Amino acid sequence: MNFGLNLTAIRAIYRFEMARTWRTIMQSIISPVISTSLYFIVFGSAIGSRISEVGGISYGAFIVPGLVMLSLLTHSISNASFGIFFPKFNRTIYELLSAPVSHLEIIVSYVGAAATKSIVLGLIILATAGLFVPLHIDHPLWMIFFLLLTAITFSLLGFIIGIWADNFEKLQVVPLLIVTPLTFLGGSFYSIHMLPPFWQKVTLFNPVVYLISGFRWSFYGIADVPVWISLAMTGLFLAAFIATATWMLRTGYKLKN
Amino acid sequence: MRELAGRCDLFLDFSLRSLRLCALCVESVFTEASCPPTHTDRDIFAFMQPIIRISSLSKTYASGFRALKNINLDIRRGEIFALLGPNGAGKTTLISTVCGIVTPSEGSVSVGGHDIVKNYRASRALIGLVPQELTTDSFESVLGTVKFSRGLFGKRPNPVYLEKTLRDLSLWEKRDNPIMTLSGGMKRRLLIAKALAHEPQILFLDEPTAGVDVNLRRDMWNLVRTLRDSGVTIILTTHYIEEAEEMADRVAVINKGEIILVEEKAELMRKLGKKQLTLQLAAPLDRLPPELTRHHLELSGDGRALVYTYETADEESGIVPLLDDINKAGIRFHDLQTSQRSLEDIFVSLVKEEQ
Ligand SMILES: Nc1ncnc2c1ncn2[C@@H]1O[C@H](COP(=O)(O)OP(=O)(O)OP(=O)(O)O)[C@@H](O)[C@H]1O
Ligand SMILES: [Mg+2]
Repeated sequence: MNFGLNLTAIRAIYRFEMARTWRTIMQSIISPVISTSLYFIVFGSAIGSRISEVGGISYGAFIVPGLVMLSLLTHSISNASFGIFFPKFNRTIYELLSAPVSHLEIIVSYVGAAATKSIVLGLIILATAGLFVPLHIDHPLWMIFFLLLTAITFSLLGFIIGIWADNFEKLQVVPLLIVTPLTFLGGSFYSIHMLPPFWQKVTLFNPVVYLISGFRWSFYGIADVPVWISLAMTGLFLAAFIATATWMLRTGYKLKN
Repeated sequence: MRELAGRCDLFLDFSLRSLRLCALCVESVFTEASCPPTHTDRDIFAFMQPIIRISSLSKTYASGFRALKNINLDIRRGEIFALLGPNGAGKTTLISTVCGIVTPSEGSVSVGGHDIVKNYRASRALIGLVPQELTTDSFESVLGTVKFSRGLFGKRPNPVYLEKTLRDLSLWEKRDNPIMTLSGGMKRRLLIAKALAHEPQILFLDEPTAGVDVNLRRDMWNLVRTLRDSGVTIILTTHYIEEAEEMADRVAVINKGEIILVEEKAELMRKLGKKQLTLQLAAPLDRLPPELTRHHLELSGDGRALVYTYETADEESGIVPLLDDINKAGIRFHDLQTSQRSLEDIFVSLVKEEQ
């Protein structure tokens, strides 16, 4: 009936993680609202007034999926990495390691909590964006699907980073030096067709391009790469991250002696 | 489990095809009807097995350091077991291995009949662990963190039980306070409450009385006894022989990753309780005078001292008649001293014996 899962334990960890969010609820909501507004003022108004339209969409509307994606990626990673890093850091992890919970249950609860939070933030950003530009979503179900898939995939990446990191610097280094640059260069604020042909090719090595392209397609039906490639790439990341996280827990990598 | 054992100890199958002892059914002696049919032979067998069985367990850390060397140890159901040893002996490593925090390098451990690796869910569900270090969250409330612990171990909420546990540990008044506002002693009690939150059958206490004042230590000892009386098996580590003496039914001494002794407490105390009286003689003797042979005396190599070994536990130390006899034999001594074998001596002699 419970599929052999310790649902009570999953619920306990999930609640514990969400409680962290509730304690800082104002900060959790206000900061994305402010930063989104800033993006619209800077990119949407200042720059957007010079770029009239991209693929038949106003520039302000064009950047919305990229903005949501940017937040989704960074928050998924930071929530999940912090969630598992912190008990390691303050050594309360002994309780998790000595509890009758499986690897799957640990992953589901930590990643689930981190993904929930980043999805909520993504929706807040979407709503804020709706105040600045008229939004329309062509494929709402696909939009939700991409939102979920990306949040889960990158929360998993965050979980992996949180286990791997043994200090706060390492915790920051991947999001800061890899994910944020890739997101900015991945077509959040422009279509890659606006780039010179050579850079268009190079950009295709950036995995984030596929995420943003697919997500934008669900809004406006326009994409830099075919949607099925976006889906396949995201699925590929998900599979790779699941494998890594499971391996880490099974071997006790950086968790157990 | 102990509760059950108190109810019915012995069950005889009067059909005489077989004669069974049911350790789970005590009181219902000779009445077939009241032995619950749920107690299968397997249950009974499991109940009579040691609750923890450690076989040929070794642990080598990634650094190459061998912290546990071929440990073999059985813990009996319902006992208070003390693991005694100096700093770095491997106490925490041993406990952590049984609880699943450290992976064993060789050997196996079973808890309640469940292998800790293959059947970790069943084995861990039986165990509550109070770690040596005060490791707690900060912002969570006292009650919140105890609820979390219970949930983590897969138990349905039980506010009545949690309230009782927090009251027993004098933490109920603090239930809504964030953990960071607790004192060190309160945090230690909170760690105990967390470990008890899922009603474990086995409780590990890793140096429970480190940094704890005299009153709290008493309270803790009482709590441990109450738990034992309710059927919980308790394994505690300590540096202090007095603590083992006060609390334990059995004691193991661990040193440099090896168990060098496992003993009933009473037996260990007897060994530890030996005292020596040394008399420095005014004039050396060649051999013991016949008047003194009835005492357990030894003459030192140079003949200048008599060494008398006796048990502090005995009512009669035998010193008075000994001194009488020495006097009668006309032996004069110019000094005397007594010494007690310390834990340290025991370690030294045990390690020597091993070599
Ligand atoms: N993660 C580790 N890596 C390498 N060596 C370790 C590790 N943890 C413990 N040790 C070593 O293993 C030995 C046993 O340590 P352990 O913590 O089990 O001792 P202990 O008996 O609990 O000591 P104490 O009474 O001080 O708590 C020590 O020499 C310690 O340095
Ligand atoms: Mg220790």
